[in-house]
Amino acid sequence: MSVYLDHAATTPVRPEILQSYVEHLQVIGNPSSVHGAGQKARRSLEDARDKLALAVGCHRSEVIFTSGGTESDNLAIRGLFLSRTQNNPECNIIITAGTEHHAGLDQVEHLDANENAEAIWAVLDDRGVLDLDWLEQFLNENASRVALISIMWVNNETGLIHPMKEISALAAQHGIPVHTDAVAAFGHVPLSFKESGVTTMALSGHKIGAPVGIGALIVARDAKMAVTSHGGGQERGLRSGTLSAPLATIFADAAELAVAELDEFTARLEPFKNKIVAAIKETAPDAIFSRGNAPGFVGIIHFTFPGCNGDSLLFLLDSAGVAVSTGSACRAGVTEASHVLMAMGRTQEQARGSLRISLGYSTTMADVDAFIEAFPAAYQGALKAGLPTK
Amino acid sequence: MKVLAAMSGGVDSAVAAARAVEAGHEVVGVHLALSRNSGTLRTGSRGCCTIEDSMDAQRAANVLGIPYYVWDFSEKFKTDVVDDFIAEYQSGRTPNPCMRCNERIKFAALLEKALALGFDAVCTGHYASLLTDQAGNLELHRSNEMAKDQSYVLGVLTEDQLKHSMFPLGAAASKNDIRKEADRRGLSVANKPDSYDICFIPEGDTQDWLSEKVGKAPGKIVDRQGNVLGDHSGTHEFTVGQRKGLSIGKPAADGRPRYVLEISPKTKTVVVGPQAALAISELQGSKYTWCGKSPSQTSDWAEVLVQVRAHGDAVPAKFAIVDDQMVIRLDEPLLGVAPGQTAVIYAGTRVLGQTTIDKTTSALPVNAE
Repeated sequence: MSVYLDHAATTPVRPEILQSYVEHLQVIGNPSSVHGAGQKARRSLEDARDKLALAVGCHRSEVIFTSGGTESDNLAIRGLFLSRTQNNPECNIIITAGTEHHAGLDQVEHLDANENAEAIWAVLDDRGVLDLDWLEQFLNENASRVALISIMWVNNETGLIHPMKEISALAAQHGIPVHTDAVAAFGHVPLSFKESGVTTMALSGHKIGAPVGIGALIVARDAKMAVTSHGGGQERGLRSGTLSAPLATIFADAAELAVAELDEFTARLEPFKNKIVAAIKETAPDAIFSRGNAPGFVGIIHFTFPGCNGDSLLFLLDSAGVAVSTGSACRAGVTEASHVLMAMGRTQEQARGSLRISLGYSTTMADVDAFIEAFPAAYQGALKAGLPTK
Repeated sequence: MKVLAAMSGGVDSAVAAARAVEAGHEVVGVHLALSRNSGTLRTGSRGCCTIEDSMDAQRAANVLGIPYYVWDFSEKFKTDVVDDFIAEYQSGRTPNPCMRCNERIKFAALLEKALALGFDAVCTGHYASLLTDQAGNLELHRSNEMAKDQSYVLGVLTEDQLKHSMFPLGAAASKNDIRKEADRRGLSVANKPDSYDICFIPEGDTQDWLSEKVGKAPGKIVDRQGNVLGDHSGTHEFTVGQRKGLSIGKPAADGRPRYVLEISPKTKTVVVGPQAALAISELQGSKYTWCGKSPSQTSDWAEVLVQVRAHGDAVPAKFAIVDDQMVIRLDEPLLGVAPGQTAVIYAGTRVLGQTTIDKTTSALPVNAE
């Protein structure tokens, strides 16, 4: 028996779009070549661009295909920052949150440490919710110095949804660009690039049923971005490198499916989530649901368990055939105390005892029941093993 | 049995895990993360703690077809091994961090966690033999491979710990055979170099590393009669038995070289003297343990062999427990023994027990110089 409840890490490739992918793999031609074969490949790529633009709610010219979320975040944050500071070195503040994914967080920290940027950490409450009053006031007082704002749409660990529309509206009053990492949001919560008002948005294919290795950066037509990836000048000159028509195709197909099925997907997952949350609270009454009562993506269930180590919980559940995650970033398999929870004001010890159960399109009630059956013994075992620092 | 194989990423622990799998146990590989800031690639002769080592361990576990996890013991390792190492040097003692790691991490924190999570034993790639006597008691013996024997660093294990330990390399013919076996089993670490250095000290330069941690604390270098011979910038820069780098201008009256005999951080004093005064006739320690069943009587002097460092020879001695101290009288005086080192006592090849040395007695009285 093997139950997969780590869809936020990666979700299985959707079988119904695999056939088309394999067929596209057999098409010869570089989309940038001039001959007929190249034109055929280009046609597939541009079909994919149309399809993805429709799913995301943007113009086709705003879709920049990349290798995935991390590359998209790096291109956007760096590109926007360099463009903003180019003629105005004083305009060097990047507003971001301590709960961001490392893909965005580390680029900001790099710019702060090495390239004249000043990172300002948004004020969050213990659910990770950003204080919009603080943001408004900070912008009113420092707008001329703010280069960009980078806030993720859905937090990949806790599932918390940030109010991107409100954030963009505040930024727009001062003409400040906003980047959002929407990797955990796209296909999971209602999302429209155009309506959100953000400047750039990072997407990834493998969180919605496409393979690893394809993603996109949505860049508003009027965005001013410095070029940080040099080469053949593909994708509006922002992301050089030969494009994969088959990967773009399967990404667009997955996006189309996910968006079309979003209402049904949400309605189907809601009772799963409620059942898991209730079962966890029954077994571990002092467990804390990380995002509290704040709005969140139904597919991410994240708890901290006082007195337990996430490693132990993960090991015992894995031994019982249930794949879940501690939610936090790994470095060669070492689970670090979640920086997300730390940024939400938890202690290192609290942050160690975390567990993320994430659901996807293929999750069934049988998976949920298998987790609920395995959980009590795993919890008791992890409590017994205690924290490593004890 | 359900066995947790501690896998460092080296060839020994990989083969040990392979043998445990072959013996029919249900084996899970676990790599211990001992540093929060591990480097990317292995350098020099350090054999663990980088991401490359962790990947090597994972690769070996994959080849063996066993589950693999990395468990974080970095905080405990820092307080119980690294900080202890610094504190011992600061108190003028010569610690053995590998021993502390076995005592407090591998066969304590890791073993406890393993037992709590449903394992029966922890398996490591140490070269030592775990045997059972006729009465069914566990005994730890030297490895058949004397050149690699690691029974000394396992001397800190107690009977309870031995019950949950497994050393599948015990009967190994030679390290070379282990490498051949690893190669035959398709383990890519077959030719990975041996590790010698202390894993948490980069570049293998203990004195530099310590100076950075401890800072300077200048004091005097004196002879056994109390005459001041020179200055030093910190007692941690010295180890008992050291001859080089003393920077004493004046030669000794007899013209012979002088050695560090004693280190007293409290008075910031380093005592030097003739080589003959380094010869130790008696050791004692208040913290002692028995490796296996404790001896039925310990008040009478018993003939044993004693080993005071990982790669040293075992020498004949007599031991007894006197006023709750393990006292070891050496048959012949022994050079280079310092407080902080561990004395492991053997009956033939069997490890009887150990003590951390608190006090040494020189074979050469001060007035005989």
